[in-house]
Amino acid sequence: MTTERAKKTARSRRQFLADTAKAACGVGVFGLVLGLAARQAQSLPPVALRPPGAGAEADFLGACIRCGLCVRDCPYPTLRLSNLGEDVAVGTPYFVAREYPCEMCDDIPCVAACPTGALDPKLTNIDNARMGLAVLVDEETCLNFLGLRCDVCYRVCPVIDKAITLERSGNQRTHKHAMFIPTVHSEHCTGCGKCERSCVLDKAAIRVFPVALAKGQLGAHYRLGWKEKEREGHELVPGIIDLPDRLPQMPGAGLGNPGGKP
Amino acid sequence: MKVSRRDFIKTNAAAAAAAAAGVSLPASSMAAAGDDGIRWDKGVCRFCGTGCGVLVGVKDDRVVATQGDPDAPVNKGLNCIKGYFLSKIMYGQDRLTRPLLRKKDGKFAKDGEFTPVSWDEAFDVMAAKWKEALQKKGPTSVGMFGSGQWTIWEGYAAAKFMKAGLRSNNIDPNARHCMASAVGAFMRAFGIDEPMGCYDDLEHADGFVLWGANMAEMHPILWSRLTNTRLTKPGCEVHVLSTFENRNFELADNGMVFEPQTDLAILNFIANYIIQNKAYNKDFVDKAVNFTKTATDIGYGLRPEHPLEKKAANAGKGKLTKITFDEYAQSVAKYTLEYTSKLSKVPEDKLLALAKLYADPNKKVASYWTMGFNQHTRGVWVNGLLYNVHLLMGKIAEPGNSPFSLTGQPSACGTAREVGTFAHRLPADLVVMNEKHRDFAEKTWKLPKGTIPPKPGFHAVLQNRMLKDGKLNAYWVQCNNNMQAAPNMNEEGYPGYRNPENFITVSDPYPTVTALAADLILPTAMWMEKEGAYGNAERRTQFWRQQVDAPGEAQSDIWQVMEFAKRFKVEEVWPAELVDQMPAYKGKTLFDVLFANGQVDKFGLDDLQKGFNNTESKHFGFYVQKGIFEEYRLFNSAAGIPKKGHEMARFEQYHQARGLRWPVIDDKETLWRFREGYDPHVKAGEGVKFYGKPDGRANIIFAPYEPAAESPDGDYNLWLCTGRVLEHWHSGSMTRRVPELYRAFPDAKVYMHPDDARDRGFKRGQVVKVMTRRGEVTTRVETRGRNKPPQGLVFMPWFDAGQLVNKLTLDATDPLSKETDFKKCACKVVAA
Repeated sequence: MTTERAKKTARSRRQFLADTAKAACGVGVFGLVLGLAARQAQSLPPVALRPPGAGAEADFLGACIRCGLCVRDCPYPTLRLSNLGEDVAVGTPYFVAREYPCEMCDDIPCVAACPTGALDPKLTNIDNARMGLAVLVDEETCLNFLGLRCDVCYRVCPVIDKAITLERSGNQRTHKHAMFIPTVHSEHCTGCGKCERSCVLDKAAIRVFPVALAKGQLGAHYRLGWKEKEREGHELVPGIIDLPDRLPQMPGAGLGNPGGKP
Repeated sequence: MKVSRRDFIKTNAAAAAAAAAGVSLPASSMAAAGDDGIRWDKGVCRFCGTGCGVLVGVKDDRVVATQGDPDAPVNKGLNCIKGYFLSKIMYGQDRLTRPLLRKKDGKFAKDGEFTPVSWDEAFDVMAAKWKEALQKKGPTSVGMFGSGQWTIWEGYAAAKFMKAGLRSNNIDPNARHCMASAVGAFMRAFGIDEPMGCYDDLEHADGFVLWGANMAEMHPILWSRLTNTRLTKPGCEVHVLSTFENRNFELADNGMVFEPQTDLAILNFIANYIIQNKAYNKDFVDKAVNFTKTATDIGYGLRPEHPLEKKAANAGKGKLTKITFDEYAQSVAKYTLEYTSKLSKVPEDKLLALAKLYADPNKKVASYWTMGFNQHTRGVWVNGLLYNVHLLMGKIAEPGNSPFSLTGQPSACGTAREVGTFAHRLPADLVVMNEKHRDFAEKTWKLPKGTIPPKPGFHAVLQNRMLKDGKLNAYWVQCNNNMQAAPNMNEEGYPGYRNPENFITVSDPYPTVTALAADLILPTAMWMEKEGAYGNAERRTQFWRQQVDAPGEAQSDIWQVMEFAKRFKVEEVWPAELVDQMPAYKGKTLFDVLFANGQVDKFGLDDLQKGFNNTESKHFGFYVQKGIFEEYRLFNSAAGIPKKGHEMARFEQYHQARGLRWPVIDDKETLWRFREGYDPHVKAGEGVKFYGKPDGRANIIFAPYEPAAESPDGDYNLWLCTGRVLEHWHSGSMTRRVPELYRAFPDAKVYMHPDDARDRGFKRGQVVKVMTRRGEVTTRVETRGRNKPPQGLVFMPWFDAGQLVNKLTLDATDPLSKETDFKKCACKVVAA
């Protein structure tokens, strides 16, 4: 199977070279091709995800020499090289989660194959890869938001219970069943795309986008008080006092239990 | 979906406005109007034993959509992901539409190619083979393997055809692989089958304990009810026991991974704890319980020549001996916290927390189990040990206090168990071994005395052994995929089917592994292509009408059985002394005596469900389903029946209701059995009465810990546990044909602890071979994801026809229930 795949990727690389050559021969369109490639280089379409270890898009494009070795060494049909006419910079590796996600190999063969460091050789634990970020884009069609028990995206997640958790709440319509809301956590999501691939809807309700497209950013002028306190392990302002509240002196009395009935 | 006039105007107005403005609206705003022309009717999900109510939408004789029935009490409009795709299961591209017979040179040949033939030719060849077997070796040489997915009438008709018609008790359902241990324990403890409680316990309980039931994946809708109770009820706790960490553990307050087989010890520890702390309910025990012990060292249900069987002192014995409370207390005294913790590898504090929940008189406890308990070489024992705990505390048969055996098939209860498709059973809990029961059945069926043979037939695993040994020669499999499902396929199942002495028929909608191993494949109508009835795990019987016609020449299982019965004259299958008892039957066919008997053919076509087709009834000229159900009611609802407690409502009532929980008496359902006020069989003042037993008392049955049949050793150094995943149902013959479900979980893989993988030099995703003493399967290693096995155990699902896990499993069974232990054998995993 591996040889077959190797052949296939080798072929696609050959194909790519042939395509490029053919295109280059057409001098009349040369300028057009150049312009196209230049335009493509500026933006990556939201469905195109870079292999593990690829940095910011501009840096990656600067470092990638379009050699195709990462694609050759990918043991799955995941990675491919962009052809002319595609919306991804020609000759660069990418994958589309819905078609074939990253299988998160322990030994990350694509990174090992990269001769230039465009795929960061310091990435040795695939859990640290950030190929993209899963986003539950449509709460109206996600079956779990409707109360059904799908949660396929959760169960296929290789980082289950960390990158995707099911947040439980009561179903306000049936009053008998729980809802299990799939929730993505960016500190653990590698962007492998398994969730988008396996979403059973006709069009996926959960999708993986390049992190730059998917992630919001809090303003630096505001901090989350409870998180800061947790991080510090104590109150940020020490020594603040409180005085006791005056309450009726009934046994067991308290604010939550006025009158002190047991 | 009905569109109200207002919605319609709104939609149209919006569309008009949008068109004027030159914009297009999102498709969903327009969809409602497009649904016109769909007829909706009530049905029930085709998959597990939960029994979710669905509404089925038909247009142009095709099921085009389904929805969860918003008013169905079980699921309130919800479904799991399999139920979401119900409308696609009948329309796989490889649906079988014509009978296929293995032929060479225009004739049947065991090594021939599958060739389309007519139904006539199919049945001619099949009948000739069955008659040949009957003549040569008698009724024990023919057999049938049925299903907990048969409709109620299909199972009833098949059992009647085999047991009364052909006089062979060699009929067994795939529920033998699934529920037989639960049945055995119900009969031993209570003398009557099926749970005393119902799903309402999911809201009433204060604590839940899951014993070998991965409910989060296998009963998704019930799990969402359990979860809701855990979320909303203060103090509610969830305890989970399993041999590996599964999705239940996510909710668990107390998750316990135990060494396989030591559940026997853990349950005895809990009983011991309850007694030591004098927490047991003395009033209840004095009034409603007998103490007994069971024979021990009973072997492993393997072939008699197997060394383990020769070694066993009491192979296959299930004798109960009465003991005193003190003797019982003595028996469990050995199971101390320290001993049990060491044996089970569960930390002491966790075991203690579990025992305390059961022992707390103020906490209502519901216990759930499925295959972890049932597929167990001591399955009947372990079921019983749990009843012991509930009975000691009196936490049984009342809202929230409920030991509850969940079922995996949509009609494991309704069909496989209730109508008597097991090799030893007759309808409504009667058994072939009991002469009075046989007499009653024969009288009810208007058959001569002595028609039904008294000896139980071959059970599931024995059928495969007998096929291999050439003692069972004409064999019919309906409504299941047993080549893929049965244990030890390499050594037993496959050699049996391909034994040149045997003729194997398989009825199925799809070319399953089993069908392809057969000699004759019969194309079969499924689910909404026939009028049907299922009984779910909470004793709820649910009916549906035939919604669409089957494709091509496909026919339902009941049509096939009844039509095949026409091929046998009574003289060909009954000895002269039987026929002489009823001279009127001379020259008649089995169809005439069994189905045109004045009872089954009692209701005419005028009674059919208006507006719906009924293929079988129109073919046979009478309302088949109603006739069979009303005859079946003579076993469970008529005056003077041998065993009360299974009373059913009238046929028409089920077509009107969203399912009814039996016993249905005086037009009322029964939610909790054996309890005064809830169960009409318990009289005022009796309080609690286990009326399945003559003295009204349930049995507490002591059974010890005994080891598994095959444990890991130096050579085969891992436990192999098999099971399911949420996305696929059983052998995947339906769900793997739904593209979206296939994509969600395409191929099986072996779940392994990361350290076990590392020690063997495996990378995640690497192709490996899982090997046992019986065979090998190639798969990929998974060290992440939903299942987290402890070191020393691997888990592999069995849905994948491309990775037949049952080449690996051992055909060791519970010697009492004859149910296979699919959860424990020894394997090794090597690089492929």
